[in-house]
Amino acid sequence: MGRPANAFSRSMGNLGQWIDDRLGVSAIWAYVMTGYYAPKNFDFWYFFGSLALLVLVSQLITGIWLTMYFKPDADLAFASVEFIMRDVEWGWLIRYMHSTGASAFFVVVYLHMFRGLLYGSYQKPRELLWVIGMLVFVALMAEAFLGYVLPWGQMSYWGAQVIISLFGAIPWVGDDLALWIRGDYVLSDVTLNRFFALHVAAMPLALIGLIFLHLMALRKVGSNNPDGIEIKELTDAEGIPLDGIPFHPYYTVKDVFGVGVFLLVAAFIVFFAPDLGGQFLEDANFEPADPLNTPDHIKPVWYFTPFYAILRAIPLKAPGVMLMGLSLVMLFLVPWLDRHPVRSMRYRGWVSKLALAAFVVSFIGLGYVGGAAGSSTLTTVARVLTVVYFGYFLGLPFYYKCEKSHPVPERVTKHG
Amino acid sequence: MVRKLVAGVLLALPLVVTASSGGEHLEQANTNINSQASLQRGAQLFSNYCLSCHSASYVRYRRLADDLGLTEAQVLENLAPTTEKIDDMMVVAMLPEDAETWFGVAPPDLTLVARSRGVDWLYTFLKSFYLDDERPTGWNNVLFDNTAMPNPLWQLQGIQAAVFEERAGHASLAGSKLVYAQTEHVLSGLEIIEEGIMTEEEFDQAVNDLVTFLEYIAEPSRIKRESVGIWVLLFLAVFTLFAYFMYKDYWRDVK
Repeated sequence: MGRPANAFSRSMGNLGQWIDDRLGVSAIWAYVMTGYYAPKNFDFWYFFGSLALLVLVSQLITGIWLTMYFKPDADLAFASVEFIMRDVEWGWLIRYMHSTGASAFFVVVYLHMFRGLLYGSYQKPRELLWVIGMLVFVALMAEAFLGYVLPWGQMSYWGAQVIISLFGAIPWVGDDLALWIRGDYVLSDVTLNRFFALHVAAMPLALIGLIFLHLMALRKVGSNNPDGIEIKELTDAEGIPLDGIPFHPYYTVKDVFGVGVFLLVAAFIVFFAPDLGGQFLEDANFEPADPLNTPDHIKPVWYFTPFYAILRAIPLKAPGVMLMGLSLVMLFLVPWLDRHPVRSMRYRGWVSKLALAAFVVSFIGLGYVGGAAGSSTLTTVARVLTVVYFGYFLGLPFYYKCEKSHPVPERVTKHG
Repeated sequence: MVRKLVAGVLLALPLVVTASSGGEHLEQANTNINSQASLQRGAQLFSNYCLSCHSASYVRYRRLADDLGLTEAQVLENLAPTTEKIDDMMVVAMLPEDAETWFGVAPPDLTLVARSRGVDWLYTFLKSFYLDDERPTGWNNVLFDNTAMPNPLWQLQGIQAAVFEERAGHASLAGSKLVYAQTEHVLSGLEIIEEGIMTEEEFDQAVNDLVTFLEYIAEPSRIKRESVGIWVLLFLAVFTLFAYFMYKDYWRDVK
């Protein structure tokens, strides 16, 4: 467990020492990696933070290469994507990595967020860590939406049409706001151009900045763990947590293994099922955008469907949009809604467990309903699930009153 | 407990999704894009019967030569209109304005039709034309009712006519009134009323070849994608195995 005083200069020799004296690389490395003590009992759910970082890097790199050939022009965009798929060397791989990466990002982020709910990772002192994470999630939704418009296929066009029109439902300023976003009275070349600018420059910068803050906050308060125990409270003479291990090398090697498993799944999709049955790349988006021809069934990509289902559950547009907004606000408020004295689900009672399970069922159910063609039965299902979704959050202040929690151990339990 | 519950829900979801999807009945195309012979025959059919009205404007003739195992001369001679060069795209000579006058709608580009419609849909569609005097082209289609497209393959298939079945009308309630429906004409099948050049088996094979070609042009990189993919997965499997042992080795001293 001994940490090298100066790993950087040791591996880089005199030049490394010269740089380190002027840049302090080894001190930063020690601060964030070798000197960062993380609980030793992380389980399966703790892989997804580092995986999200991996997907971010992959999206940035493949995205940069795509911009080298993509043309943000309503007449050329669709054809330029096909040019990438056919005439650019390995262009198909870059494009599929990027399109699969978008969905993979949401898979790992949803699982990462679920981990937070499962182990109470948002409770004091990690409220701000959670809120910054939620801002990352919202920025990611914006980034994904903007990117989905760029290939200028039928679903790009009509999906964007629907989503931008949602802003029109905001009282007083709605129509002007929608006009300002589009830069035109209809979705047009102007919109495509500005969405390109936002997708490749503005939102990535915002994401990187927010993720940096997320990690800063994590370094400050330290990681939670499956037992929900504050490991900083029990330290040795040197102030090192008894249940802590240095993030590097322990969790870096463990995460490399996680990366391997993740890449196996991701590569299988990229190479053998890049559309994933129309979920990752939708069938209708292989037709170029046609402003005069509305597709039969406009639906967002799978990662937006839970929220879209909540929107559609309300017959009136403005309240529907408000409720959809509220469904996100609820997630932001979780640190203050949850009053449970016990942090981790491991030691909470059955009411908390049942509520979380119901929430998961409602979220997945809403995701299914939001992607299906509308029918009166499904609208009823969507309404019931919407009630369950909000019910979970509204019940958070009270679950502990209705259940008996299990005793929380003093030290973390042995890892699996 | 919670974890098992979540896993159960996640595992059950695909079942629910598959069970609820359905809709029109489609015949299985059973394409094999790794068969060069099938692709070559399909390319010939596409050039002869489709390319006069439909473009495949993202497809370059040179790529066909590379992927279908043909020489440039063979491609230009057999698949391309006489004026085309090897680096040209498969673009139709017909003007879109003319096409709209003749058919009411410009024939769509077919490069990606196999990805937007699916191969089974295309296979069924091409086999489902029948004579219909009420349509301007004289043709209608079971799968795509009132399509603007006439049957391009009738010389091969022969001419199909619709077979109608008389079904006794049944009483139904409209508002508060009981309505006795008259006998209904229901389309129950298709029959060949004039033999084509091909037998039924030959024609099925021809449509299969054509759809195989459409599937190939929709994603020409697919053959390479899948062959590279095997090696990537093998590499990752070995990588993950070593990563696992490294992880276990480092963690030996974590008690």
